[in-house]
Amino acid sequence: MSLAEETSATSMALKNRNLLLGGALTLVFLGAALISFLWVPYDVTQMDIANKIKGPSAAHWLGTDHYGRDILAMIMVGARTSIAVAVVAVGIGMLVGVPLGLWAAARRGSLLDEVIMRGNDLVFAFPSLVIAVMITAAFGPSATNAIIAIGIFNIPVFARITRSGALTLWSRDFILAARVAGKGAARISFEHILPNVLNLLIVQGTIQFSLGILAEAGLSYVGLGAQPPTPSWGRMLADSQTFISFAPHMALFPGLAILLTVLGLNLMGDGLRDIFDPKLRRGRT
Amino acid sequence: MKSKISAAALAVALAAGPALAQDGLTVGLQLEPPHMDPTSAAAGAIDQVVYANVFEGLTRFGSDGSVNPGLASSWDISEDGLTYTFHLVEGVKFHDGTDFEATDVVFSLDRARGEDSVNAQKALFAGIQSVEAVDPATVKVTLSAPDGMFLFKMAWGDAVMVAPESIEDIKTAPVGTGAFTFGNWVQGDSITLQKNADYWGEPAMLDSATFKFISDPTAAFAAMMAGDVDVFVAFPAPENLPQFDADPRYNVLIGNTEGETILAMNNAREPFSNKLVREAVAHAINRQDIIDGAMFGYGTPIGTFFAPHNPDYVDLTGLSNYDPEKAKALLEEAGVALPLKVKMTLPPPSYARRGGEILAAQLRAVGIEPEIENVEWAQWLENTFRNAHDYDLTIISHTEPMDISSLANPDYYTGYDNPAFAEVIEKVGVESDPEVRSELLKQAQTMLAEDYVAGFLFELPLHTVAKTGVEGLWVNMPTQATDLTAVHWAK
Repeated sequence: MSLAEETSATSMALKNRNLLLGGALTLVFLGAALISFLWVPYDVTQMDIANKIKGPSAAHWLGTDHYGRDILAMIMVGARTSIAVAVVAVGIGMLVGVPLGLWAAARRGSLLDEVIMRGNDLVFAFPSLVIAVMITAAFGPSATNAIIAIGIFNIPVFARITRSGALTLWSRDFILAARVAGKGAARISFEHILPNVLNLLIVQGTIQFSLGILAEAGLSYVGLGAQPPTPSWGRMLADSQTFISFAPHMALFPGLAILLTVLGLNLMGDGLRDIFDPKLRRGRT
Repeated sequence: MKSKISAAALAVALAAGPALAQDGLTVGLQLEPPHMDPTSAAAGAIDQVVYANVFEGLTRFGSDGSVNPGLASSWDISEDGLTYTFHLVEGVKFHDGTDFEATDVVFSLDRARGEDSVNAQKALFAGIQSVEAVDPATVKVTLSAPDGMFLFKMAWGDAVMVAPESIEDIKTAPVGTGAFTFGNWVQGDSITLQKNADYWGEPAMLDSATFKFISDPTAAFAAMMAGDVDVFVAFPAPENLPQFDADPRYNVLIGNTEGETILAMNNAREPFSNKLVREAVAHAINRQDIIDGAMFGYGTPIGTFFAPHNPDYVDLTGLSNYDPEKAKALLEEAGVALPLKVKMTLPPPSYARRGGEILAAQLRAVGIEPEIENVEWAQWLENTFRNAHDYDLTIISHTEPMDISSLANPDYYTGYDNPAFAEVIEKVGVESDPEVRSELLKQAQTMLAEDYVAGFLFELPLHTVAKTGVEGLWVNMPTQATDLTAVHWAK
């Protein structure tokens, strides 16, 4: 990127409302998760049965749950669980999916390409939550198994997007130049292709991150995610169900946390796409 | 606006109610039975549907736990207490039209106590030496030793009368003598019973009864609110009871069960094979917090494995009072490395899942770190209760009446092996003098409490939510049953 391009990207980022709003929402939850390492209003494993199911007050800003635990503290620590699961799951998807995609693109049209991509289709064809349920049922419910389950389903997503991005690059002149210079397929893939599909991966990564948070909440909701006492937004929702008619705050706040985080990440993903996608950029300027 | 809507809903409910519901009743239950044979499985869900409704025994439990005549209208007990002569009700027919006679009693009891019997409560029949039919209406049962509890034992759901003609298909098409005949079973959804028009006794007041199985507490609440079920026995979400109570469309019945709810510790395995560790756990438990937090205040604290409404109950809660400092000291004395990591396996009922979370927090406060594992019923029965006993801690309510004797078995899942206790329980079994019996029972309770066999939590209450107008329901649950024979709609 030249200097001029960089400035235009920065100024575009500042002008892009989606990105700003999305980024702000994401920062709030990332911040909450980070702050929770240093400070939480109450210990989330400490129960206070005498103060259970209290609405928002000065002492408990978002009220207390059915064990008298502070909901704000639970949401802060729960953010940690959600973010950790989503980050690692996206990480697994990228670490496995991107090399697969690069490899398939490097050997485009070969049997290997077919095998890799049809294998991806196979994984893609299963409803992801059903497989996640199967994995956790077989190996026991835990945050680790939830991460693995969600991670596996990120693999084909990243493999596909990498391959399609790489395919168009392989026919470009600078790649040809690199081949003439005697670089092998692997080296070209990592030195020239990868940096040029990175923007695609960042955008997709943001979207997958938000899906990861949703999937974690979904698995925890059915009891297959992080196990108590580790707070999790999905389990907070599940626990609050029978109280909803007289203590709606118990469902409202974790629900809002999930909604706003996912919304923020999606907006940010849209914003990033606006900036990174050259076609859109040309259309705008 | 909201009040208008609910007023309209009420009006609709009132208008629709009498026309639709007068002759039938839909009863919500949390658990679906695996099959319909109460004489070959431990599942209480079976008795919950068929006891007293489809199957009857020689004697039967009343709603207060008393033992009343059933298919035997009277009996004579010999001087030495060894021979029971049962006089059967005459003219009783099974639902398939065959006669109920003395030979059926012989068949039923011999089947239950036989070598290859799969009865879940074989101990009930262990004292029987022989059963013989004197004439079609008289049966003589000879015991090997006097047993003051024999008539009580014959009232259990595991001791009901079955017929040789229909035994083949009992698991799917049960044929009994009760006031209801088995109708239809939609697996995963409901079981329908029909009124038995040829019933020998007081006929049922309902034309039909449908048991609907709803395991999810939220769904149970919704079904009750929407009027899909008329009665929900053992309503799973105690937090919703005040709401039903305040609503004129519903009645809430609060009663007792025989369910001692305990934090079971695996006595046969480290670290709970050490009595000091068990004692530490007992002192780490704050019962009131568990009752308030998991049961919303419903439930009586217990200090031993015995129902508090039983006249022989001794209050031993003081032995395991809440004292976290003492618990810490005991753990130190036991010399275990802290934090002590253990596994806590929790079956689905909310008392277990919620109680488990609270207990885990209480145990963490003294240095024991339970890792919670939530499991389904089948898994719990298989791995924890029946075969492997692969657990450290679990929470369960023992709802059979007078089940203190089960702890005398060292192969029971609790793994409690104390010959002295087993001896006392054996004496209880053969003692017919009520006073000596009571003393022995008290002694047994004290032994359990002093050995800290388990964390004794509370007696499980029974919450029944019923539509206004449903009458004749059992308030208490002296045995696992939903006796519908006297249930009816108010005229």
